[in-house]
Amino acid sequence: MTAADHRVDCRGQRCPLPVIRLAREITAVDVGGVIVVLADDPAAATDIPAWCRLRGHEYLGSDTDPDGTPAFAVRRSR
Amino acid sequence: MSGYLDAASAEPLHPAARAVLAEAYDRGWADPLRLYGAGRQARLLLDNARELVAAVLGARADEVVFTSSGTTAAHLGVLGVGAAGSVTTDEHEDVVVSAVEHSAVLYAARRRVDPAKGTVVEVPVDGAGRIDPGAFAAALTSSTGLACLQAANHEVGTVQPVESVAQAARAAGVPLLVDASQAVGRMDLPSGWAALVADARHWSGPPGVGVLAVRRGVRFRPPWPEDEYEAGRVPGAPNIPAVVAAATALRARIDEAQAVNARHRVLVDRIRREVPTLVPDVEVVGHPSERLPHIVTFSVLYLDGLSLVTALDRAGFAVSSGSSCTSNTLEPSHVLVAMGALTHGNIRVSLSRETTDDDVERFLTVLPEVVRRLRDEVGAP
Repeated sequence: MTAADHRVDCRGQRCPLPVIRLAREITAVDVGGVIVVLADDPAAATDIPAWCRLRGHEYLGSDTDPDGTPAFAVRRSR
Repeated sequence: MSGYLDAASAEPLHPAARAVLAEAYDRGWADPLRLYGAGRQARLLLDNARELVAAVLGARADEVVFTSSGTTAAHLGVLGVGAAGSVTTDEHEDVVVSAVEHSAVLYAARRRVDPAKGTVVEVPVDGAGRIDPGAFAAALTSSTGLACLQAANHEVGTVQPVESVAQAARAAGVPLLVDASQAVGRMDLPSGWAALVADARHWSGPPGVGVLAVRRGVRFRPPWPEDEYEAGRVPGAPNIPAVVAAATALRARIDEAQAVNARHRVLVDRIRREVPTLVPDVEVVGHPSERLPHIVTFSVLYLDGLSLVTALDRAGFAVSSGSSCTSNTLEPSHVLVAMGALTHGNIRVSLSRETTDDDVERFLTVLPEVVRRLRDEVGAP
């Protein structure tokens, strides 16, 4: 996966908190930069790509962190 | 019931059904298998109700049995249709389903298939919740024992291309079970099925009446011991008074279907059109045109479904949600996940025959305020 410019740790947080955190912290990276969200909530796998579609950012895919937590990568597009 | 916007879960009893219920209890209490007067009278009521329901579903009366719920009818259909004569068969068997079937169908399919000998094959849907009939047809193989496709989706209202899948199933020699629970009275029912499932709660009949129709000549073996009632397919005598009320509600509903559906279509179009303009960052889900007239579903970014359902309840509106926080398992709705739709902040609005223009007007007034307040509370961006 693309190297992260910024990481958001949402482990233990339930939906929609990971998406709220992502929306708040997307501006921590420049346009074109990559933000990675660590989230173990089962809804994140659907809701993070859906947020990207709604807000016009690029969803890059998911990976698994060494501790087994899914990590979702997003490229800031605007 | 003003403010009740959850008809897809259950509709209030139709006045025509309420009007016959007391008399149905007076005349339909006896055992329909008994040969004395009271038994014959109960049997006659049951036969008449069966004729009426069968005619609406496009079935013969002897193809229709009544169960104690739509869920039971779905379980019975999925477990019984095309079932092998012996439970010890070594045959490999798959069941093909759409990814957005009702959980009653999915759970029964998983129970039917022995994981050592087969698979439940889920055919994916597009972003509007529709299967591709070509992909569904391609999933049918010589080891497919049963295929299941809903007439229309219970959460987002999307209508499925059942007719073309039915053709493919017939060509492949696979029985097709169609869950028409949300469709009866709301749209023209598809033909070409081997089995059809319906639920009286959804046509404003009483709770506790499900329907399973199985075409003559389709192999069927009930998953429980056979007795003398309902052609040996459903154990125990049916609740005849409730069945009579269900049939009466169905007839009344079909008579008024054109007017009710046309009214619902206008109201749902209005909700689909206005919610995204009244509330920022909302995703309306489901097919824009190929859909049931009475269901509209949308997801509100940054909110959880439970807060929305609770706040709307306080404001006098009953709606349901596919968000994970409103489910017992804390998993989001498999329908929304299969569609790739936003799962949090999800609301399903479904109109009953009693829903008024004023209900929708008030809902559209209250919703933006509720969303604004809840978003403030969670500090939404």
